[in-house]
Amino acid sequence: MSITIALAGNPNCGKTTLFNELTGSKQHVGNWPGVTVDKKDGVYKKNREVTILDLPGIYSLSPYSAEEIVARDYLVKDKPDAVIDIVDGTSIERNLYLSLQIMETGIPMVIALNMMDEVETKGDKIDCQKLSETLGVPVVPVVARSGKGLKDLMDTAIETAQSHKKPEKLNLFDQDLQNAIAGIADVLGGNNEDESQWKAIKLIENDVVVEKAVDPAKLAAIKILVEKANKNARGDAEAKIADTRYQYISQLVKECVKKAHRGHVETKSDKLDKILTSRILALPIFAVVMYIMFACTFSENFLFIEGLPSPGVWLAGIVETMWGMIAEGVVGVIEGLGASEWAVGLVASCLDGIGAVAGFLPLVLVLFLLLSFLEDSGYMARVAFVMDRIFRHFGLSGRSFIPMLMGFGCSVPALMASRTLESDKDRKITMMITPFMSCGAKLPIYAMFAATLFAEGNQTMIVFSVYMLGIIVAVIGALILNKFAFKSDASSFIMELPQYRVPTIKSVLIHAWEKVKGFAVKAGTVIFASTVLIWFLSNFNFSGMCDMEESFLATIGNGIKWIFAPLGWADWRASVGVVTGWIAKENIVATFGQLFGNVSEEVVEAVMAGEEGLPAIGQVFDQVSAYSYMAFNLLCMPCFAAVGAIKREMGSWKWTLRAVGFQMVTAYVVALLINVIGHLIF
Amino acid sequence: MTLKDLRPGQEGTVLSVAAVGPMKRRIMDMGITPGVGIKVIKVAPLGDPIEINVRGYELSLRKEEAQQIQIE
Repeated sequence: MSITIALAGNPNCGKTTLFNELTGSKQHVGNWPGVTVDKKDGVYKKNREVTILDLPGIYSLSPYSAEEIVARDYLVKDKPDAVIDIVDGTSIERNLYLSLQIMETGIPMVIALNMMDEVETKGDKIDCQKLSETLGVPVVPVVARSGKGLKDLMDTAIETAQSHKKPEKLNLFDQDLQNAIAGIADVLGGNNEDESQWKAIKLIENDVVVEKAVDPAKLAAIKILVEKANKNARGDAEAKIADTRYQYISQLVKECVKKAHRGHVETKSDKLDKILTSRILALPIFAVVMYIMFACTFSENFLFIEGLPSPGVWLAGIVETMWGMIAEGVVGVIEGLGASEWAVGLVASCLDGIGAVAGFLPLVLVLFLLLSFLEDSGYMARVAFVMDRIFRHFGLSGRSFIPMLMGFGCSVPALMASRTLESDKDRKITMMITPFMSCGAKLPIYAMFAATLFAEGNQTMIVFSVYMLGIIVAVIGALILNKFAFKSDASSFIMELPQYRVPTIKSVLIHAWEKVKGFAVKAGTVIFASTVLIWFLSNFNFSGMCDMEESFLATIGNGIKWIFAPLGWADWRASVGVVTGWIAKENIVATFGQLFGNVSEEVVEAVMAGEEGLPAIGQVFDQVSAYSYMAFNLLCMPCFAAVGAIKREMGSWKWTLRAVGFQMVTAYVVALLINVIGHLIF
Repeated sequence: MTLKDLRPGQEGTVLSVAAVGPMKRRIMDMGITPGVGIKVIKVAPLGDPIEINVRGYELSLRKEEAQQIQIE
């Protein structure tokens, strides 16, 4: 008989470590529908009949965050055969608060009391037997990091699931509340007592999500009962419920936990934190950490040594070279077999498509090895703590800094880094604005225009100003999105600062691997398909294969160029450049090289590096329209690889299209303003 | 007096939570309920948010949120 066991628990309680230990590498990572929250499941290593589902880390079953809604919807609606509730033994009071709420759902449950090694190091003792007897739920002590107690835990969980043994009802609440709960559950009806009782408690807690799902005909009667409960609880039954739970826990902990020291004891972690978030050192340390992360992933002069590639760049170079050789070999073979020109072209473009995906994998890998380390060690929470003061003004979290900074290297890993943000709203907004950070591939476009149309003394300033433009538009974009697109979301900064811990190599590796695999599979198809499509459009017309000048793409360029007239560049070649730029932004230079005078590859390379201009583009662009064109390509839809990353992270086409739509509109408006205002001034 | 008025190192006991709606829910879910002891650990380098110790763990919250928590 196959059974499903869900893992639930607070963030930082060791849930993911436990999940990794139980499932090994047999994991499947996806998104919960509509939100940017990971959905992970896997098969239990020692019994393939058992599926383990890792619910997102949550503090409560309130509808406060996307994580909480996803987790409780799963528990209440999908009903796993059993829940393993992971309780961090080092902060047992707060962890048990969630346990009490999970017990209310009536799902068979086992508590895994984790971090028992740290509890022992502190000298504290927890009486598991007593805890289990009082709560009426099996309690198994474990150390997830070392795998200690896991066999016992799983045996207990499987047995609990198979015997359908529900947790005992605790009846913590006083008579008034109990009457109210019973009364509301009665009005709700339904054939599942646990579910209607759970809903009744949530309704007293003013849970808007549950309230919306209630039959409107019953709502009036329920409102009266909730009102009565409030009156009995001196106006605030919601507070009374939370308070009752915590009082019960305080008493329970007093009975079951023997603390070696009274009050707050300074740990090693606290001492480390004093340095890492100290008034003087916090910002310099943060800057150094960020620099190391950026340099390891993107730097071409690593450790300030001229020409030494960083691990990320080095690996990307190897992958690119190897793939180039393979592609060349394959193309050579089919050419030798006498394949027609279009077949060779198709194969070459398919190989390019795969190569485009593969080239990003090393960057994603290196960045996520570092990010997982920061996340698991507990430093990431401090990043938010330190940077919050600045970022809250834009309606973002301090952690948005990381994706935005990485965006200057490459949008693909940067977008994937948005997953480190705390809230669904912040993740989505950050993903929408991260491509505004000018990535490395956009620089050749600026170099081309600067070298061709601007005086030597102004070139650096022009390029720099485009970078600044991206940052300014990102900030304004974030403010606008916050105000109009996501206004209903409550935002606050009540966040746990977990103890610092040395991450396990296994978790860091698994996390980085997940990201690489997720990008290759989920984003790969988007990138591959669009690369081949653009290749087809730019090499064919109705009579077969042709030059780009006569291709479908040229026809499309001619057809759409009027759209760009207000931006100052109603030219089919400029339009075609925008489209080929979606494969990779630096392609715009090669496209222009071909369409404006068919220059050699050497010239294109010199133009990309800003060493030479491309005078022919002067036929179409003046300084103002060139700036408008740069701004448009900076801000419009990023390359397909980045769109693939957005799709992977958003988990829905709807949100991907919204993001791309937002970027397109922003690009158009900004380029329009530049063209109109620019021509008024100059 | 509110939690905002405490300096690093000072301790207090929560009297009530004045916040409303989801923020109140969150504050209480995180263990800040009447009667619980709170110690302020530090203030972030840029002056806000603050870090407190409550129920044996560290929590950060903004000053505007701390202002909603009455203590003695």
